[in-house]
Amino acid sequence: MLQLANVSAGYGSFQALFEVSLEVNAGESVAVIGPNGAGKTTLLRVISKIIEMRSGTVTMEGRSLNDVAPHQVIALGIAQVPENRRLFPKLTVEENLKMGGFLPAARAHYGERLEFVYSLFPRMKERRAQRAGTLSGGEQQMCAIGRALMSGPKLLLLDEPSAGLAPVVVQSIFGLIKRICGEGYTVLIVEQNIRQVLKVVDRAYLLETGRIKTSGSSAALLASDEIRKAYLGL
Amino acid sequence: MQIFDVFLLEAVINGILLGGILALLALGLNLIFGVIDVVWICYAELIMLGMYSVYYLHNVYHWPLALALLACVLLVAALGALLHVLVIRPVLGAEPINQLLVTGGVLFFLQAVATLAFGVEFKNVGVSLPTLQVGGMYLSFARLIAFVVALGGMVAVYLFLKRTYIGTAIRAISQDRGIMPLMGVSANRIFVLTSALGGALAGLAACLLVLQYDIHPAIGLTFGPITFLVCVLGGLGNMVGGFIAAFIFAQFISVGGYFLALEWGYVLAFLFFIGMMFWRPQGLLGGK
Repeated sequence: MLQLANVSAGYGSFQALFEVSLEVNAGESVAVIGPNGAGKTTLLRVISKIIEMRSGTVTMEGRSLNDVAPHQVIALGIAQVPENRRLFPKLTVEENLKMGGFLPAARAHYGERLEFVYSLFPRMKERRAQRAGTLSGGEQQMCAIGRALMSGPKLLLLDEPSAGLAPVVVQSIFGLIKRICGEGYTVLIVEQNIRQVLKVVDRAYLLETGRIKTSGSSAALLASDEIRKAYLGL
Repeated sequence: MQIFDVFLLEAVINGILLGGILALLALGLNLIFGVIDVVWICYAELIMLGMYSVYYLHNVYHWPLALALLACVLLVAALGALLHVLVIRPVLGAEPINQLLVTGGVLFFLQAVATLAFGVEFKNVGVSLPTLQVGGMYLSFARLIAFVVALGGMVAVYLFLKRTYIGTAIRAISQDRGIMPLMGVSANRIFVLTSALGGALAGLAACLLVLQYDIHPAIGLTFGPITFLVCVLGGLGNMVGGFIAAFIFAQFISVGGYFLALEWGYVLAFLFFIGMMFWRPQGLLGGK
């Protein structure tokens, strides 16, 4: 579904990604794991065209994203839950969800998708008239995921969904992500919390200082000495 | 004693009517600032051009008044969009002081062009509306219409911002510009639309003011500074704050002018403004 071939990108004189290649197949859940500063967020920003890549290609269902404007990416079925959630704090929960379904093509499905998001996150229905800025961290993450689902995406990009959340909340967020994967969405998730994320996804790539170091099934990575020693402290 | 109260009531009512139009003026400026983060110092000059458009279409080209007024709103809306594309967009990333100076430059440019094109003599559309006499009070019908239409315009804008997708996006973009592309929203397009809406509000104000005032190239100076002060008093960019501040200001002008001489109303209003700037520099409802 999504393919990256030899993607390089950076900010000014700093290069964050070096010839990164990866792919996500329809129906799969894939993680890009790695330490802070490895370039994981940059990778998602390149896919969403928030920053321009320097070289390489990104294709979605065979279509190159190189000439697509940033605000048109979502129309190709790619929705992103950004780092730190980035809700509109003064809009209500429901208005945030409405913004997620802004695309004209999504407006026709507003009612049914709202019901779907509320069935996934009943808490959001209770809080629908509340300002998003007053939600707890876990609730904000639910709202941000719900907002991305409102566009009816084929591919959901999640940027560090566990960042800044209490351990108990992290558990429940990963539980929710597992459910979303079970709903048939294709998911690409970027995460530092390697132990948790590998329990949820099918496959993962390890990104270190802008390069893909290794990749494989979650089970294989959890068993590999490299990951166990460097990241799981075993 | 009886007479005294009636005149005071008249002053209060006139203040409320004036407040409506000030609130409309402030709404447009606040909308632009709240969304785009740029102050259109030349906002009142758009109103001046709108007033001229009504005069020329109605009195020179003999369009029916209603049609001329409608054309004025559309024309100034287009001017607002044009102002954004030609002047604001290139300086969006510049220092705030430069943005201020650029729109200030547009103010003097438009005044000079208007002087050149329309001359300095006062023009009047010649529509005289009756004065209503209610229980010993004299109320201007033009002001009453202005108040009702201004209020209607504000309600329409409120519903637009609250109920529609574009309106919600306009509110969202002022909170987080950076992630709008992830929503499928082109910030560029929202800015142009907001500028057109701000322009349309200036056009609406022009329609209401042209029924009460003579038109001349410097008429903007009559409304521009006070509009800006109302916005600052309410909290720049805060539309509800601007609404409240407009009515407070208008009462100072109207009731202050009643107790003392007319000019004293403005003196009191500005004194109050200066005092408020010491007490609440961020404005009545401003957060920053």
